[in-house]
Amino acid sequence: MPSAVSGTAAIVLGAIVVGSALGMISSRNVVHAAFWMLGSMLGTAGIYAVLSAGFLALVQVMVYAGAVAVLLLFVIMMTLRSREDATRKADFSWRALGLALAMGGVLVAGFYGFSPEVAAMPEVAPGVEMFGRELFTTWMLPFEVASLILTVALVGAVWWSNGGKDR
Amino acid sequence: MTVGLQFFLALSASLFCLGLYGALSKRSVIMVLMSLELMANAVNINLVAVSRFLTPERMTGQFVAVFMMVVAAAEIGLGLALVLAFYRQAKTVEVDAMTELKG
Repeated sequence: MPSAVSGTAAIVLGAIVVGSALGMISSRNVVHAAFWMLGSMLGTAGIYAVLSAGFLALVQVMVYAGAVAVLLLFVIMMTLRSREDATRKADFSWRALGLALAMGGVLVAGFYGFSPEVAAMPEVAPGVEMFGRELFTTWMLPFEVASLILTVALVGAVWWSNGGKDR
Repeated sequence: MTVGLQFFLALSASLFCLGLYGALSKRSVIMVLMSLELMANAVNINLVAVSRFLTPERMTGQFVAVFMMVVAAAEIGLGLALVLAFYRQAKTVEVDAMTELKG
């Protein structure tokens, strides 16, 4: 992983992420919104790569862009009765906008005071080998719990898709 | 040129607020789920950025972000199973139609 980071790549990827999110929010077509979300996920993977989190970038592409977005598209296709159902009138709510802006204000106010002493990005960052080593030593208990979560979610989803009948 | 921590914090804050607006204002459950994924992504970016800037050798933010991805994947799997189960019964995915807990 390169140790020095370019600001230009970070700004371009940040623009991709936020622009795709804006496209997703403002899209009136559900299928288009799913593709905008896919673009945002891929941009986020680039952000992880810029932040020297290479393994995380690959996992992001595999899990979010590869599984979550595809699953969402599957469900969108299954819940559309006709092609015209995909386009809906624009959902705009002043209350939601006010709440989101208030949350944004709270976040910006919180971040404004958070200026730690490091001014620039530290040069050296550990790579995937260190990540793997730490994952199976320091973080082993969350790892096992995560596999348990995935198993439970899998069994639950399969059971639910069968109409919830007792097996 | 380099960017600082503030850039990534602002990026995650704006992504979170966009996801929050979508989760609160959208009428289709699938749009709400997509907005929730945006919010989860924003939190992950925040975690990874702060960890990268402050304590890069411990990678704490990356680990928490990986486990958060696991939870988000499980959540969307079960959420979409719920949406399908509801659609099978009610033939709609409007949020306003999901008023009863039973069934």
